[in-house]
Amino acid sequence: MNLRDTFRRDRVFDVVRPGTRTINPGELDTGGKYLLYMENITVSFDGFKALNDLTLYIEPGELRCIIGPNGAGKSTMMDVITGKTRPDQGTCFFGQTLDLTRMSETEIAGAGIGRKFQKPTVFPEHTAAENLELAMAGPKTTWHTLVHPLNGEQRDRIAATLDTVGLLDRHDHVAGALSHGQKQWLEIAMVLMQQPKLLLVDEPIAGMTRQEVERTAELLQQLAGEHSVVVVEHDMEFIRSIASTVTVLHQGSVLAEGKMQDVQNDPKVIEVYLGE
Amino acid sequence: MRHSDLKTALTDRAARWFIGILFGAVALVVLLNQLIPADSGLHVSSYTVTLLGKYLCYALLAMALDLVWGYCGILSLGHGAFFALGGYAMGMYLMRQIGDRGVYGNPVLPDFMVFLNWQELPWYWLGSHSFPFTMVLIALVPGLLAFVFGWLAFRSRVTGVYLSIITQALTYALMLAFFRNELGFGGNNGLTDFKDILGFSLREDSTRVALLIATAIALALAFVLCRYITGSRMGRVVMAVRDGESRARFLGYRTEHYKLWIFTLSAVLAGIAGALYVPQVGIINPGEFSPLNSIELVVWVAVGGRATLYGAVIGAILVNYGKTVFTGIMPEAWLFALGGLFVAVTLFLPRGLVGLADNVRQRLRKNSGTSNGSKGTDNDNQPEASHEPA
Amino acid sequence: MLRVFALALALLCLTSVAQAESPATEPTTTIEEVLQHLRSRSFDDKAAAIDALAHSGHPRADALLKALQDRRLLLDRANDRIVLGERADGGWRLHDPLSEADLGTVESRAAAPITINNRLRRQIENLQAAVGLNNPDAAQRRAAATSLIGTKDPDLLAALRERRAREDNTSVAAAIDTTLNTAALYSEDSDLNTRLNAIEALSGSLEPTVRNALRSRLDSYAPSERKAVETALKRIDARTARYQTADTLFFGLSLGSVLLLAAIGLAITFGVMGVINMAHGELIMLGAYTTFVVQQVFPQGHEWSLLVAIPAAFLISGFVGVLIERFVIRYLYGRPLETLLATFGISLILQQAVRVIFSPLNRSVVTPEWMSGAWQINPVFSLTFNRLYIIAFALTVFLGLLLVLKKTRLGLQVRAVSQNRQTARGLGIRSDRINALTFGLGSGIAGVAGVALAQLTNVGPNLGQAYIIDSFMVVVFGGVGNLWGTLTAAFSLGIANKLLEPVSGAVLAKIFVLVFIILFIQRKPRGLFPQRGRAAEE
Repeated sequence: MNLRDTFRRDRVFDVVRPGTRTINPGELDTGGKYLLYMENITVSFDGFKALNDLTLYIEPGELRCIIGPNGAGKSTMMDVITGKTRPDQGTCFFGQTLDLTRMSETEIAGAGIGRKFQKPTVFPEHTAAENLELAMAGPKTTWHTLVHPLNGEQRDRIAATLDTVGLLDRHDHVAGALSHGQKQWLEIAMVLMQQPKLLLVDEPIAGMTRQEVERTAELLQQLAGEHSVVVVEHDMEFIRSIASTVTVLHQGSVLAEGKMQDVQNDPKVIEVYLGE
Repeated sequence: MRHSDLKTALTDRAARWFIGILFGAVALVVLLNQLIPADSGLHVSSYTVTLLGKYLCYALLAMALDLVWGYCGILSLGHGAFFALGGYAMGMYLMRQIGDRGVYGNPVLPDFMVFLNWQELPWYWLGSHSFPFTMVLIALVPGLLAFVFGWLAFRSRVTGVYLSIITQALTYALMLAFFRNELGFGGNNGLTDFKDILGFSLREDSTRVALLIATAIALALAFVLCRYITGSRMGRVVMAVRDGESRARFLGYRTEHYKLWIFTLSAVLAGIAGALYVPQVGIINPGEFSPLNSIELVVWVAVGGRATLYGAVIGAILVNYGKTVFTGIMPEAWLFALGGLFVAVTLFLPRGLVGLADNVRQRLRKNSGTSNGSKGTDNDNQPEASHEPA
Repeated sequence: MLRVFALALALLCLTSVAQAESPATEPTTTIEEVLQHLRSRSFDDKAAAIDALAHSGHPRADALLKALQDRRLLLDRANDRIVLGERADGGWRLHDPLSEADLGTVESRAAAPITINNRLRRQIENLQAAVGLNNPDAAQRRAAATSLIGTKDPDLLAALRERRAREDNTSVAAAIDTTLNTAALYSEDSDLNTRLNAIEALSGSLEPTVRNALRSRLDSYAPSERKAVETALKRIDARTARYQTADTLFFGLSLGSVLLLAAIGLAITFGVMGVINMAHGELIMLGAYTTFVVQQVFPQGHEWSLLVAIPAAFLISGFVGVLIERFVIRYLYGRPLETLLATFGISLILQQAVRVIFSPLNRSVVTPEWMSGAWQINPVFSLTFNRLYIIAFALTVFLGLLLVLKKTRLGLQVRAVSQNRQTARGLGIRSDRINALTFGLGSGIAGVAGVALAQLTNVGPNLGQAYIIDSFMVVVFGGVGNLWGTLTAAFSLGIANKLLEPVSGAVLAKIFVLVFIILFIQRKPRGLFPQRGRAAEE
């Protein structure tokens, strides 16, 4: 059976038929095989196609690595998932019910997609702990944040997460004063505080020492299983050390997908990388 | 981590200092005005009392702008409009208080309406004779305008200089509108010739003193409120919006809601400042909507220092004191001084006088060798440029 | 071409001097005798004398009639004779009416102009028109025929019919027909069919006199005529309305080109460089003051001083712009809000400096002769020259700038720096220098705009402030960084403003346009023609 037919949007699956299961609108439904469905996504900027008919599926709990040369569309793909860029064509579903192309960045974040950016983007004038406080999962309305100070349990969680990434001693330091590597860790900690279903991690090890890289690999592998993790990275070594499945992007579409070894031996992939 | 509730907002060091100095100064001026005989050298004239009241209104306005600009990064060039709207709301009430003592002696219609041959009050003047209703209007009109404007602007993500320019266009459009006689707010001349407020004559010294004290109380309350908000988690989200709006959005915050509420609150505070200002200076006219006023207000905040609240107050009082002195001695030099101030502050004092004081203090501490780089209670660290997601 | 035509029109009352040189028939009465009759107190006598003078065929007849119209024909009291004269040093300088020989000066009271009333004035005009009907220049003949619309004088009508028979120029013939048809409407004894034909022929004419003539027939006893008149009036009104729309559009275009001129420099500094220059209006003001100063330096050169003022304004405003960039803006790149504040401070300083140097009062700039006047296309539609020039000038500046940006090396470098500072620097472009030059270019264009604006409004310290908000609106509305967007925005806002004005009044129109832009920016924050792509997302 054709894969595409199975996942046609207009098809009503048994699991969502009334009576079998109740799904509240706007709520994540992870009942399907995959957590994220990107189908036939095209994004063009002034005629240049950053993404060209891209189709990608991510399973729950999967750890997926995305590689590709510069301009392959890796960042644009993340922008589409997080709602920063709207695709010209194609569909992007989170679980069975959430159409990401129609949701705002905020709604997407609230639905459980966390993102760590390529450049570390922490809030430089907030302390490390405040950065985590901002990222913490929970009600994020104006009124709630105005009248509810942090309770003891939440403060403990912040401290514990800072401990996980080795920044407990920087608890009250402003983030702008941290080193580049520390900012990377802080941002990873922020994503952890979000408790997302799906983690998008953009070049996590840039600027890290060897030990830090190893800790990152360890951390990412721990996270997978409980969360789905999508990692974009250039460093082949690093990918080999963590990867289960690798997707190669080229000129905005998927060039190859599979185990690291298979992908590495794929003649198309070799051509793209050697042709650079 | 800074934890804040109403109690700490009222009692922490900065609040105690601020409220202490504010009421100390006001009490001193009031005592010297009321108790010292007029021929003594220590006597403070009623003119000075009103002048101080005026400065405190400006301080409240500056604090309102600091809330949106300093904490939320929205540079509004139209805050003068909210100030003026609050002022007009109060002006309407004061006009109605004149009653039949106007030049034309019409018990209901203000003079300018009689002059324009209007037969009855326009609907939007109804209720303006009631003080409680006026108080509602003072908050509601600027608040509503800010809410609608902000709702449209923030929802469609108009930010940065675009927002600044359309806020300027907003106040400019309002100025043009209020200059029209047909709008029913006295056109060119605005609203003036006020007699009394709540039955007390505006010419009496005691009324002026009472207005000064009311302004000081409003300023203190606004300070506590703003400190409570900026110290709360909401305040930290607002600052996060300032430093990296799209990052905050990716963390799941509806940043437009945060901006909207801060903007609206700020507009209400500006409106209150305008309402307190009008009975003290005795006039409100469309000139208050002039874009120049709004942008001058920005420099008060910039001089004092952004995102500290008390910096805005210091800046407003200092710049306006300078203006009073300058325009008295050599009026033609004032615009040179003001223009120079704009340039100098942006080039040499990006964090204002408060930032300068911080730097000096930090250097002194460094010299004594006790710098620990920790944030603690003071924000000593020079902020680093924020990284926006690419 | 335009100007020749307009000049011809302006000569409408002058008739032709050339006529005077054409060979004349032998005069029957001496011209001196005729002139003596003008001394009479009776206007009837004067009328007879004027008639005689006009029909004398004397080479000086035209010039003398013209002098009579202009109150330059005097009675020399001492010698009781008619002379030519003009005011000189509180008295009169006299000339012989025929030879123009100088007769010396006399006291003011020693001579008095021959007075004429409106009837005589009209008579002279008609006579001149009748002469003009035979002018060799077709445009003059047409003007003469048009000037006679509404006349009931049988002699003139005869002259018109006579000319019509010989006329081979269709446009002159049409003008004569209009005049004759109008006369037919006024004529008491014309028959209904003639009048119906006349009405039919006149429907659509834009002459106000024709319209009045038609209206006078509205109370006609014949229903068919009344109906015909109503139809004709309706057609006239429809045509007039169309031309009024064209007039509004023209005003809109001219306002649009003023906006374009004011905004185009900003489109460079704000659009290309991303610098918010609140002192832009004051750079325009400097250009306007440069025009004023240049005119002070060349008091006799009003006709050509603009040619000096344009480059001078460009250089002065450009120089001030470079100074601003070097000493202030350079330190503030990447901090747009700070730039906004600092340049606002500069604008205050510049304004105040002008107040101190030139006084706070408005200065007026003399408009050159060739810019005044209008191109009268038809009675209800004319294009004033100064507005035409402004439109042409704005478009020239726009195209010039476009060429500079697209075709020159500087333009290439400017675009490179504006798109990616780092890469441009890597390619060896000195971005410092380019920034200063770009800013100077934008500022210089603001100065040139000031020269143009000085022709339209008063030159004062607040000149710049009046345009700064509008300029920003235009740039933002059109889409930042897009010159064509600026052009479209300027013209559409100008036209929108002028279309609204008759409905709502000038101030409300402005408010509506501002509110519209505020709402528009909220729907499309990047303006009409947004830049797309990753670079624009930041």
